[in-house]
Amino acid sequence: MADVNRGNRPLSPHLSIYRPQLTSMTSILTRLTGNALLLGALMVVWWLLAAATGPDYFATADWFMTSILGKLIMLGSIWALWYHSLAGLRHLIWDAGHGLEFEMAEKMGWAVIGGSVLLTIFTVILL
Amino acid sequence: MAYVTDRKRAVGLGSAKTGTEHHWHMQISSYALLLLVPLFLIAFGPMVGESHANVVAHFARPFPAIVTALMIIVGFQHFRSGVQVLIEDYSHGLTRKLLIIAMVCVSYGAMATGLFALVKLAL
Repeated sequence: MADVNRGNRPLSPHLSIYRPQLTSMTSILTRLTGNALLLGALMVVWWLLAAATGPDYFATADWFMTSILGKLIMLGSIWALWYHSLAGLRHLIWDAGHGLEFEMAEKMGWAVIGGSVLLTIFTVILL
Repeated sequence: MAYVTDRKRAVGLGSAKTGTEHHWHMQISSYALLLLVPLFLIAFGPMVGESHANVVAHFARPFPAIVTALMIIVGFQHFRSGVQVLIEDYSHGLTRKLLIIAMVCVSYGAMATGLFALVKLAL
């Protein structure tokens, strides 16, 4: 009886047969960046705790934060933070019922990608 | 004659049962973070690579301390709710429960640690 209303209903988007689109990819990346930000957030909290503990412990945390790996995590986190913020803004706009047309959704997808890269460069240069 | 309204007949029949409040809280924290993220980058960014004395002096000032504290509170609250959706989408049963409990502990643990550090730096 599950097929009773088959008709013109859209098929479920099984990932394996679903053509990758800008809208779906940017949405998946939103989830990825949001959850990956835990790494950078924990590093910042650890750095703050080290600063509050004393100069010796701070030297250790600061050494890690300014090491190649630490800088890589920082750079990735800055981009992830901007990407997730812009993509989140896009979701808030969608939730409010705007920008749901195909062209507008695609345009906002490119804006999120381009904007996050620009803001990351901007942040790294200015701060 | 049935006195039950159409809405009343539909309530509770969805597969999810709950979630409206969860989504609403995600929206509230999202709006807050749109403002907090740029402020946090301004407050925190310049301190990376600075000397210990400079860092202590910086976070003793009201603006960096308050903005960083708000970022830690709202950010980890938002993460706690967001990661729960991730876990619920991909895992089931006991694994799901344990993962959610673990991430709740990580979120509030990190939040408390960050706030303790800030208070100690600021006072």
